[in-house]
Amino acid sequence: MIAEIGLAALWLAAALAVLQLVSGALTLRAGPGQTNPLAIYARPAAVVQAFLAVLAFLLLLRAFAVTDLSLKLVATNSHSMKPFIYKLTGTWGNHEGSMLLWVGVLAASGGMLAAFERRLPERTMAATLAVQGFVALGFYAFLLLSSNPFERLAVPAAEGNGLNPLLQDIGLAIHPPTLYAGYVGLSVAFSLAMGALLTREVNPAFARVMRPWVLGAWVLLTLGITAGSYWAYYELGWGGWWFWDPVENASLMPWLAATALMHSVSVLAARDALRTWTIMLGVLAFSMSMLGTFLVRSGVLTSVHAFAVDPERGAFILGLLGLYIGGALTIFALRAGAVAEGKRFAAASREGALVFNNVMLSAILAIVLLGTLYPLLTEAFDVRVSVGPPYFNPAGAIFAVPMLLVMAVGPLLRWKSDKPARIQFELALIAALVIGVIALVSFFGQFPLLPLLGLGLAAALGVAAFLPLRGRTLARVPVATWGMVIAHFGIAVSLFGMACEGAFSEERLAAVAPGGTEQIGDFAVTLEAVTPIAGPNWTAMEARLAVRQNGGEPVILTPQARSFWSPPQSTSESALLTKWNGQLYAVIGNQAEDGRWQVRVWWKPFVTFIWYGGLLIGLGGILSIVGRMRVDLKRRAASTMGAQRRADVEALGAAAPQPAE
Amino acid sequence: MRKLTLWLPLALFAFFAGLAAYMLTQEKDQFVESTMIGQPLPAFALDPAFDGLPGASRADFTGRPKLLNIWASWCLPCIAEAPQLEALQKQGVEIIGIAIRDKPADVAGFLARYGNPYARIGSDRISEVQLAIGSSGVPETFVIDGKGVIRYQHIGDIGAEDVPTLLAELEKAQ
Amino acid sequence: MIRWLFAVLLTVLALPLAAQDSMPPAPYAYNQLADPRLEAEASALMHTLRCLKCQSQSIADSDAPMAGDMRHQVRARILAGESPEAIRRWLIARYGDYVSYEPEVSSTTWPLFAVPLLVILIVAGVLLRRLGKRRSDGDDAGAAA
Repeated sequence: MIAEIGLAALWLAAALAVLQLVSGALTLRAGPGQTNPLAIYARPAAVVQAFLAVLAFLLLLRAFAVTDLSLKLVATNSHSMKPFIYKLTGTWGNHEGSMLLWVGVLAASGGMLAAFERRLPERTMAATLAVQGFVALGFYAFLLLSSNPFERLAVPAAEGNGLNPLLQDIGLAIHPPTLYAGYVGLSVAFSLAMGALLTREVNPAFARVMRPWVLGAWVLLTLGITAGSYWAYYELGWGGWWFWDPVENASLMPWLAATALMHSVSVLAARDALRTWTIMLGVLAFSMSMLGTFLVRSGVLTSVHAFAVDPERGAFILGLLGLYIGGALTIFALRAGAVAEGKRFAAASREGALVFNNVMLSAILAIVLLGTLYPLLTEAFDVRVSVGPPYFNPAGAIFAVPMLLVMAVGPLLRWKSDKPARIQFELALIAALVIGVIALVSFFGQFPLLPLLGLGLAAALGVAAFLPLRGRTLARVPVATWGMVIAHFGIAVSLFGMACEGAFSEERLAAVAPGGTEQIGDFAVTLEAVTPIAGPNWTAMEARLAVRQNGGEPVILTPQARSFWSPPQSTSESALLTKWNGQLYAVIGNQAEDGRWQVRVWWKPFVTFIWYGGLLIGLGGILSIVGRMRVDLKRRAASTMGAQRRADVEALGAAAPQPAE
Repeated sequence: MRKLTLWLPLALFAFFAGLAAYMLTQEKDQFVESTMIGQPLPAFALDPAFDGLPGASRADFTGRPKLLNIWASWCLPCIAEAPQLEALQKQGVEIIGIAIRDKPADVAGFLARYGNPYARIGSDRISEVQLAIGSSGVPETFVIDGKGVIRYQHIGDIGAEDVPTLLAELEKAQ
Repeated sequence: MIRWLFAVLLTVLALPLAAQDSMPPAPYAYNQLADPRLEAEASALMHTLRCLKCQSQSIADSDAPMAGDMRHQVRARILAGESPEAIRRWLIARYGDYVSYEPEVSSTTWPLFAVPLLVILIVAGVLLRRLGKRRSDGDDAGAAA
């Protein structure tokens, strides 16, 4: 019964999406001064729809929690013996469940937009809600017509098939929903951009409405990618944290577009410039998140971890992609010419730097997109090629290096027009740091070019991030400015981690007999014993490694080689020793015939900074949202008070001279 | 000019959508084909995979065209193709096997259970010859002509319907 | 979505061949070369070679037996004095461009190199147009660029 309620809720939500679309569109069609009787339904439809879609998701969550094996989805993806937390997270560890989560978040955002956003002109709001309803409708259709999560089995299964062991991990519990929420946030930004374009309201007021959605989506994408990268690092057992795999690129591309959009929308809000560019990026960011979903689920690209691959679903998503993105780009081509260019600015100005970096981000996006899709193009001609790190790293760096340099300087410049001579001390400092650090590191040894550049840029950026605070009273610096400072510093921290990992990592692979010791860096790693152990749904060989740094007290690490039995699969659980200046990464492999064990150990200096940096970037984004919201709320309160006072004065003025009857 | 550039994103997107739609209709090719077709076999000399048959070397590929079968006793599709290999052998085809990462006892056991169509089997413990001829898995079957040149590659297990193809390729390699 | 359900397809692909061989790995599959300089060369090369079995991983990141055998080939050849580029060419001669993550300019890969050059030109063009000319005018909103 529960499942049927869920399905009914989804159908009702879909019907409401139609109402929202029609009502929004009719508002748009009505001439000035006229009101269509149906126009009032758009907002309530969005709000009720949000409740229904979230309800449907909660009902599926319940089905997974109690392992309702009469549901096909639960039977194929869960197992009664699985730990409870992974029963819950298994809800979105499959195609149907994750799509339901997606529409749940989409409807919830639409509901929030409809319920709380009162700043936009009513016509723009109606257009936005119509687009939002249209987008949601496509996903409802996808769920209901081709991926029904509530499908029953004729005969309930006796036991479920279990969840892929790699997904039975807390990192994977957090990472996909975070990314989805980010994608959905970009869809709201997309709806707003289309709404503004359709009603010719591309202006700072619209940008201020769009900004928190873009910032929010961007924060979620940042955190999602950070979590996913760390998960791949500790779970895959070889110490890699980014592989330039198509599926990873699929999550990076929306982030690049969102980063550009976020900066562009700030310029629009503050300076009323970059109007067309902001709309274009709004469309692009959402396109990239749709494209990511398509690549991951359609299986057109050879990726080992293509998710729930099914060409039929791929065709459906491609159809949606064509409808939304094709439609949006057509409207863009027809309407954008009529959007005025906005205010002008000089090359040496805050806007100038932002435009430069926007273009650089777009260029990096183009490179990643090309490298990711190129194998698809050649396969159409039956030629198979591989594009990997040796392509992406240098090609991306061509644009990333100038971008990072401008990023160090940009926040120091004034809006509209500035003289570089005014900040010559800062410029000299940044240049000295880049050159000095590179020279210093090169003095100590031979390192690859890119990590070397990374170290120099990270040092310069780390200092430059705080330069905007120079000469200001810290207590009076706006929260949003702190957000920018911390986010930019996070980039420096992350870059530092990447460069150190690339330049200074040490690797030790060896066959070790119990009792044997291997040396790596300052650490002596002794294999004390290997013992079999059992978990709730797996058995494992667990190694006891005693790690001594410079002959000090030993720390015990216990990497495992796990064998899950449902589904049957083995994983290697790495063991990490985290120090402030890096991580020791240990993995146990197979036993050789002579009784020795394969042990793999890495010392990765400052590798953790990659993800600390990611968290700082996210924190910076959150501070920006909070800061902007506080300013907006204050401004709104002030304007309502002003209006109130004017009304009072008018009422007084109107009342006073009235002669008594 | 500006009018035209505004249409550019749509054009790029349309190109991608068309390509993606086309690729969705195509059968996904999971195999990596050898680019050694038309090239001579590299030199190799492998020890016998078990006591019952001689080992294999480059020098064995003279005279008539022969089949070079890359297989392993631990590979399940190899069991499926065993009857087809026997059928080919019955029609007079000489099959030289290379057992990948295999043990003599396992090889002997496999042949005892599923039949032995091979004239020789070399033991490739570290996939050396397999890599040298551009084979990316087991089972794979190559047609080698009398001069030792690789003429054709069949990837995956040989089904009954593949037997005539292989015979025709052997004929072509004469 | 990074790498998640990585193993779904891996299991699907591997299931027909689920039976693993019981042979010990090749000598250099899991063991480093004694000379750190040679090992660094081998390691750099291995990170740019694609595992043929696992499809979307480099041979330096894979537990597949065939990846181990490929690592052995790489280390053994480096030890024998071959240059990394010679080994890469040797593999490309056998498996085509697919085996190398480092595309080389060829009749099938030239757009990978032409497009970034084009992007540089477009970027330069856009920046020159938007930022190149010193604009004397101030806030004359409404004028198209």
